[in-house]
Amino acid sequence: MTFLRMTASRPWLWAWIAAVAVFGITIAATAGASAAGLAQAAFTFAAFSVIVGLGQMFVITLGPGNIDLSIPATMTLAGTVSLKLMDGQEAMILPGILVALGIGACVGVLNYTLIRALRIPPIIATLALSFIVQSTAIWTNRGLRVKPPESLASFSTGTLWGVPNVAIVAGLLTIAAWVLLERSGHGRRISAIGQSLPAARRAGIPVEGVRLATYVLCATLAGLCGFLLSCFSGGAALNMGAEFLLVSIAVVVIGGSSVAGGNSNVPGIWGAALFLFLVVSMLNTYGFGAGPRLILTGFIIIAVILAASARGRTAA
Amino acid sequence: MRLTPDMIRLAVPFLALAVLLAGVFWLQPRAMTYSGLNLLFNLAVPIALATLAQMFIISVNDLDLSMGAFVSFVACVTATFLNDAPLVGALILLASIGAYAALGVIIHVRQLPAIVVTLGMSFVWTGLAVMILPSPGGAAPDWIRSLMTVRPPFVPMAIVASVLIALVAHLIIARSTLGVLIRGVGGNERSVARAGWSVLRARAAAYALAALFAVLAGMALVGLTTAADANIALRYTLLSIAGVILGGGEFVGGRVSAVGAVVGALTLALAGSFLSFLRLSPDWQIGAQGAILILVLALRLGLDAMERRRMRA
Repeated sequence: MTFLRMTASRPWLWAWIAAVAVFGITIAATAGASAAGLAQAAFTFAAFSVIVGLGQMFVITLGPGNIDLSIPATMTLAGTVSLKLMDGQEAMILPGILVALGIGACVGVLNYTLIRALRIPPIIATLALSFIVQSTAIWTNRGLRVKPPESLASFSTGTLWGVPNVAIVAGLLTIAAWVLLERSGHGRRISAIGQSLPAARRAGIPVEGVRLATYVLCATLAGLCGFLLSCFSGGAALNMGAEFLLVSIAVVVIGGSSVAGGNSNVPGIWGAALFLFLVVSMLNTYGFGAGPRLILTGFIIIAVILAASARGRTAA
Repeated sequence: MRLTPDMIRLAVPFLALAVLLAGVFWLQPRAMTYSGLNLLFNLAVPIALATLAQMFIISVNDLDLSMGAFVSFVACVTATFLNDAPLVGALILLASIGAYAALGVIIHVRQLPAIVVTLGMSFVWTGLAVMILPSPGGAAPDWIRSLMTVRPPFVPMAIVASVLIALVAHLIIARSTLGVLIRGVGGNERSVARAGWSVLRARAAAYALAALFAVLAGMALVGLTTAADANIALRYTLLSIAGVILGGGEFVGGRVSAVGAVVGALTLALAGSFLSFLRLSPDWQIGAQGAILILVLALRLGLDAMERRRMRA
């Protein structure tokens, strides 16, 4: 009973428990031989999902209908343009990062402008804009695969005391996001808007400013993620963001944040991102093909949601 | 005659389509012929069917993120089982419609967010599709192929089919008892329940109808492409959502229009080919669809505002 009460107040525990369980099952197959390597790979790939997941989490917290569908396109555009700008030169690294972040921020501002000016649901605004951003990325890329500067490539694939560098970056961002959401007035305002927009307005919260900042933050994180991912994989690819559309939503929801908004938690995103990666590698280890792997991944997502809804009912 | 906001809502997508079409005709008068029109709108038929499928889901305030994956799955079944063993193929497709209805039931009973459940299902459908067709291939059943390539007199098949499916969907969603009930669930679930109807059954029916139209979309797609692969229709998820909204639908409140959705889908399909007539790079094809979407929504907002000002005056 105490366990149930503890998990009810910490919805992120479930994602972590699931991740640890899957990790255990996977290394059981290899008699523990690959534990360190698997953990390292899991933290590396989870890091990318976490970075975009954090942004998506803030957007989802804003309340029903708030979802950013432009994340994949933003990642692709930021990755392509920044790599093209750096052109493999060490001296251009700082401008490259700034351009990636700047592209993200611009997309965020445009997203919000569309939502506000056309009074359309965020889903449709970010969707329409993502089409345009994706086209821009196709146009700038032209199938070229520009290599990242050497030091960036080795940084993004390297480790520090056994911990992948990208995971450290994602970890620092996670701490910042936790402070922002749980300890700052800004985070409180985001949650308040998600819980009740009219009430937030009455309470004098600058609703529109907070929403603008949230969409800009989400798109900027997507830009950063696109930058890191293209450095990590040795070049930007036009479809590199594709899988992150569903993943960014999935990690937020599996991590125990409310899809209806207003109630989010940060640690769950890590648990969910690790879990999603580990499920795939577990099924790989046990020799499942691509088809069954996808099917099981889907059923596991639904099972987690079912479990979460049962949990919500007992808590209420 | 006074323009009501509802009429503006329906007129805007028609206007957008007409403007695009006029642009295409102006750039390339040969598109005005029978075969020209057929080429322009051929691939729009499956998109229109998928958009109608999404419309049924949206009319109960849900959203289906697995539409593209499901249509791809249907396409794979059509190009394999339905071709080699029609009975087995038909049973699989029927079972998948049943699965959709069951999804509606689960989502309703457990009060789950449809976005997440369908997100999970998108993995499942893609997985099944990959298992059926690991590499692109298969063949379209002859009867579907001949149905999709039939040449009716005067008006090309693509136009006839679009009008027909719009009409059927309109009768279901706007004129039938079930349609009213489904939109009622989107509008005010509680009042539908208070009036003694089963909300559960209405939602299950909406999901089953969506699956039916999505199955037709997959079959029509294979009839045109003659082969399938597991990713053939992934773009349909976002296109179908855009088409519904373009056609005057709303995400909440059961406000949808079948005719609008079909016109919205045709507009999006045409937006892509419009560029090739402008001799612009195909890189911008997806971007054009986004731009058209934004323009149409801006136009709707502008007309709405004008109308409101006139009514006040």
